[in-house]
Order: sequence, then C-alpha cells, then structure tokens
Amino acid sequence: MSCFISKYAEELAKNAAYIGTPGKGILAADESTGTIGKRLSSINVENVEENRRALRELLFTTPGALRCLSGVILFEETLYQKASSGKPFVEILKEGGVLPGIKVDKGTVELNGTNGETFTQGLDGLAQRCQKYYEAGARFAKWRAVLKIGVNEPTELAIQENANGLAMYAAICQQCGLVPIVEPEILVDGPHDIKKCAEVTERVLAACYKALNDHHVMLEGTLLKPNMVTPGSESPKVAAEVIAEYTVRALQRTVPAAVPAIVFLSGGQSEEEATRNLNAMNKLKTKKPWSLSFSFGRALQQSTLKAWAGKEENVKKAQDAFLVRCEANSEATLGTYKGDAQLGEGASESLHVKDYKY
Amino acid sequence: MASASATLLKSSPILDKSEWVKGQNLRQPSVSVVRCYPTAPSALTVRASSYADELIKTAKTIASPGRGILAMDESNATCGKRLASIGLENTEANRQAYRTLLVSAPGLGEYISGAILFEETLYQSTTDGKKMVDVLVEQNIVPGIKVDKGLVPLPGSNNESWCQGLDGLSSRTAAYYQQGARFAKWRTVVSIPNGPSALAVKEAAWGLARYAAISQDSGLVPIVEPEILLDGDHGIDRTFEVAKKVWAEVFFYLAENNVMFEGILLKPSMVTPGAECKDKATPQQVADYTLKLLHRRIPPAVPGIMFLSGGQSEVEATLNLNAMNQSPNPWHVSFSYARALQNTCLKTWGGRPENVKAAQEVLLVRAKANSLAQLGKYTGEGESEEAKKGMFVKGYVY
Repeated sequence: MSCFISKYAEELAKNAAYIGTPGKGILAADESTGTIGKRLSSINVENVEENRRALRELLFTTPGALRCLSGVILFEETLYQKASSGKPFVEILKEGGVLPGIKVDKGTVELNGTNGETFTQGLDGLAQRCQKYYEAGARFAKWRAVLKIGVNEPTELAIQENANGLAMYAAICQQCGLVPIVEPEILVDGPHDIKKCAEVTERVLAACYKALNDHHVMLEGTLLKPNMVTPGSESPKVAAEVIAEYTVRALQRTVPAAVPAIVFLSGGQSEEEATRNLNAMNKLKTKKPWSLSFSFGRALQQSTLKAWAGKEENVKKAQDAFLVRCEANSEATLGTYKGDAQLGEGASESLHVKDYKY
Repeated sequence: MASASATLLKSSPILDKSEWVKGQNLRQPSVSVVRCYPTAPSALTVRASSYADELIKTAKTIASPGRGILAMDESNATCGKRLASIGLENTEANRQAYRTLLVSAPGLGEYISGAILFEETLYQSTTDGKKMVDVLVEQNIVPGIKVDKGLVPLPGSNNESWCQGLDGLSSRTAAYYQQGARFAKWRTVVSIPNGPSALAVKEAAWGLARYAAISQDSGLVPIVEPEILLDGDHGIDRTFEVAKKVWAEVFFYLAENNVMFEGILLKPSMVTPGAECKDKATPQQVADYTLKLLHRRIPPAVPGIMFLSGGQSEVEATLNLNAMNQSPNPWHVSFSYARALQNTCLKTWGGRPENVKAAQEVLLVRAKANSLAQLGKYTGEGESEEAKKGMFVKGYVY
C-alpha cells in the first residue's frame, strides 16, 4: 500500500513536523459560535462577534505565548477576523511562527439505529472549502469524530463510519494543502476503568489507521489528536504515571512511526491535570517515534477566561494566566514541568461536562 | 441476524481445554464480540425503523407485475442538455412543461409504478396548477426523489469518483417524505477502465449503505444504484467479475448498517460488454450473465431489481429486459429507465404544445413495451427506427 502524493506533499510533511516541534503545541480556539457562547456566558459576557473577537485577540497577542505554540485551530469566523490594530489574526500568528488551522467538520449527527452514537458531517463540498481556507492562510485542518464507551458501545458500525469519515476528510485536505488533524475522541464519560479505555482506544485507532491507509493518506503529512487513556469520569482517578503508561502503550501498538506528532485533547481534564499527564508521558523512557504534545482548548483557556471576565482592565491579568498555562504545557512536551505553575483560579477545576457537545 | 453471529463467536466447547488440545497455545477469545441489541424483541429481528411495514408495502407496490419506474430526475443541468437537443432553452417553465407532459400521460400508471423526481419537480406544480406529486398519486404512480448531490473526484484513486450527499440527509429525507415522496434514489458509479480501485468500490458501497439506512429511517424506500459504467473496451466476463465484487460489498455494508432488505430496491446495470468492445452480446447472453450475477449476489428478500439502461437504445433495453423474464425469478425483475423511456417522446414533442398528445402516446408505447418485457411477453413488433438508436455517450456526465 503506497500513499497518494499530492502536489503539496513536501509542504504537508514540513508543516506536520513543525507542529510537533519539541517545546510547542496547539491552542484549540475553534469553538463554534454556539460553544463559545457557553464559555462567554459562564463569565457573563454577551455572545456577540466583538466579544468573540476580543477574546481571541487577548489570546493571540499575549506576549511570549506564541513561542510556546506551533499552531492555533480557528473557527471559520475567526480566520477572517482582525485585531483591533487592524492586523488580520492570520498574519499575527504567522509572524509569531504559528501555523493557522481551521475546523472543517459540520458537527455530529445521530447514527440511526444506535444507542446515541454519532457520526460527523462535513464531506459535501469539502474540497472547495479547503481550497478557500488554504487561500485565506490556513495550513492545517481539524475534524472531530466522537465515540463513546458503553455496555454495547462503541459498535462496529460507529467505529467504521467515523474512521471512514476521518479518512475521506484527511485525503481531501491533503489534496488541498492542509495537514489533516485526525481526531477520534473517545469520550471520558462512564464508569469504566482505564483498562477498558485502553482496549477501546486501541481498537478505534487501529480502525482509523486502516481507513487512512485504504484511502492512501500520506501519514507523514497528518497529525493525530487522540484522547489520553484514562479511567472513566465516574471511576476513581489514577496517577499521571499510570495514565502515561497506558496511553503511550496504546499508541505504540497502533500509531505508525510515520506520523510525526500526536497532539492530545484534554477532554474535560483540569488545566493542571492535563499538563501533568502530558509531562509524565514525555518523561517515560520508552520507544516514542512521534513527538507527544498538546492540542488543548479548555485546558489552556479556563483560568484565562475567568481572569478576563470580559473586562478591558483585566486583559493583562488574563494574558498572564494564559502565558502560565502555555509555558507549563511547553515544558510538559519536554518532560521538564515541575508542577510549580502559578495556579490561576480554576486551574485545578475539572472541566468535564457529561456527554459534551462541542 | 446480529445475535446469530454472536452465538457462533461465543466460546464453543472446542475452545475449552480438552484432551486433544493439551499443551497448545489457545487463541484467547476475542474481547470484542458481536453484540445483539439488548432491546431487540427477538433474536433474529433486524432493527428496523418505525416505518418498517410501510417500507415493505411501498417496495412491493413499486415492484408489481408488469410495471417499472420512469426515471425523470435529471438535474437542472442534465435536463438542460435534453431540452437543448430539441432546441429549447433551459428555463424552469420549459422543465415544468416537459415534466407535465410526462406525468399527465393518460393511463401511464398501468405500466409505471414509480417516478423518480428531481428536487425542483417534487415541489413543482404542473402547468394546470396541480401539484406534480398529486398528479402522480392519482395516476397510481409512487413519487420518488433523487437525494444524492452528485459525483466528485475521489482523492487517492485512479481518477475515479465518489458520490456526495450525506450531510443533512436525515432532515432532507424527512422533508421529502412530508412533501409526498415515498422512495429515494442515490446514484454512484464504478469505472472499469479506471480499475476499479478497491477504494472506489468500497467508497461507493459504503456511501450507498449509509444513504439507505438514513432513508429507511425517514420512511423512504432507498433505491440502491451502483452503476458500473458502460465505458470501456472490456468484455462481458470482466464486467461480470467487477459486478460480483461490487454487489458483494454493497450487501455486506447494507447489512452492517442494519438496512432492511425487504424495504429496498436495486438499480443495477445489466452485465454487458463495454461500449467499445469489439464483441457485442445478444440479449440472451446479457440475460444469462445478468441472471447468474443476480442469483449469486442478491438475497431473495429484496423485492425488486429495476435495471438502468445506461445508454442502451430504447429497443435494446426492452429486449434485454424481456430476455431476463422468460422464466420466474425470486425477485421482480424490471426497469428504471430514463433515456430509454423518454428519448423518442422528447423528440416527438420538440417543445410544441400541439405535439404533446403524440409525445404522450409515444411514451405509453415505450412504457407498454417495457411492461410486456417485464412479463416476458415482448415481441418487438412495430418498433420505430428512432427507438433502435443507441444512446451511449462516452464519459457521460449525468
């Protein structure tokens, strides 16, 4: 099985490798209008375009933060927005050595006949949209597939449908010059233990890579955004070292070495938890042919959001909080995080929302 | 069905340590077992949608003896080509006039059980102000709707295509049901000169399966159409080989998606040589190969197999269908023709109101001929020269 080499092959491999640069990771700031509305309302801020723009400006212009980032995932609206200085966000990011990325899926829909499982939409007209996004400056894309663990779940149907969707999306992105982030999130909801999570994660990732190969996707030009392997949300917690061991072992068993980087989702872990787990993984002495980094949304923005509370006078405080998390996670990718980050308000707060709709 | 497999996969006595396997390393029973839905009422129930009975009834109605489908779901662009061929502009009024002519042909329902519409037509009225769907229902013809969004290039393939249309399909099919549609159609293609690659075949089959599952959930009988294009210089044996593979995958994925076979219809291409093959096949040969394929690959639960004409001439399409109905089949073997029903009718009309009656009569002649072919009683007497003209277009874009 050989992959299909698009005319962007070299650029794709270069960008994917860059995102995995040690010391850097991804800020997931691609909350849809609906989802960002929930964040804003949690700090009593109105969900209008200006506020959404202001929040993202706060993040992208934090002095020193961009050095810790290799990429930022944007929602379509943000891709075309500017800072109050008039400079487009895309330019600010590029000047800071950060690749702009774009969420391209159109959300999840119920998979009929299953017990609440879903598949992800967005393939119709995807090629045209990706071309447009590339022209606007995006260099990577993201598509979130969701699976859950239950008595009978995930079903084979859900796994096949989601893996197939991811593979089609990935192939189309590569044809258009965007590095596809492949995200098969297995929700943390449930009373299952870490062994169950490991089993399901391995099964799902195996199906994903089979589908990617069947679709001739060039793995060197992709990234993986998996869940960490943890106990379910209703199960007792375990130490970061245990999470690290199970997670890395699952990846060793399923993710080909050709994949340059694995950027974890935080999936409801608190800011501090997510950082510690990532750190433990990077301290683990074992075979790791891909770099292990972060693609955090809530786990990078939570305390920043609380500090800002929508007020102009809080911007500096909020940016300080953001920088703290960026630097902590940057260190975690090197395994050098000492756990001494100045914990902002809410840094240890669990961000888990049951049956989270992104 | 799911639970029968589950029983097979459970540890059987042979896997337990017994005398003859002592000392051998046993393969551990797989942790992932095929599971039966806990709420399934009986061990062998396929998890059907709430429309199960209606789907079965609709499918049986369409697959009734002596009748077949009139495919009139040409997209606006394709309809434009048809109109242009008789010197007409591609306006909504002209499309409306043409479709009015078709659906109002008196007595059409004697030979036609279903009509596939394009979205515009589903929501249109005839030139007399009646809803198209109402006219059809009055004629005893079930309205159907094309739901796919056309073919686009398949990345990583050998210049092949895949069919779009799954985004929002659940809500669209529900809306079409409200408007009066009772069956749906989705056309994907497989190209023999381009391989076909395993990826293209899998993508075609999986897309069909997902569309079929969603359609059934919304009360529409899905017509499953993986057209193996006529293009190419390959012989009939090669077509047969490819068709076997395609249909095996289609049915496997339909099963994986819990599609109820009693509530679907198939729209296959007949097994013929490629259009540019030096060796032509007789209707008898086409019938032999095609029936052999059907027997090997199509479960008898499927009520109707409605062949597409794919560029054959009107008469050819009728002759081939007739040859396939010379002895009883486990499924209703019939037609779902577009060009092979409309060609002469369109030319007779020429866009002139004074020709409408004559055009409708010509349509009825073809419909009746195919009805007789479905019953195996077509004799071919009195066919016009126009009707014998081939309609193959190389690289045809639908």
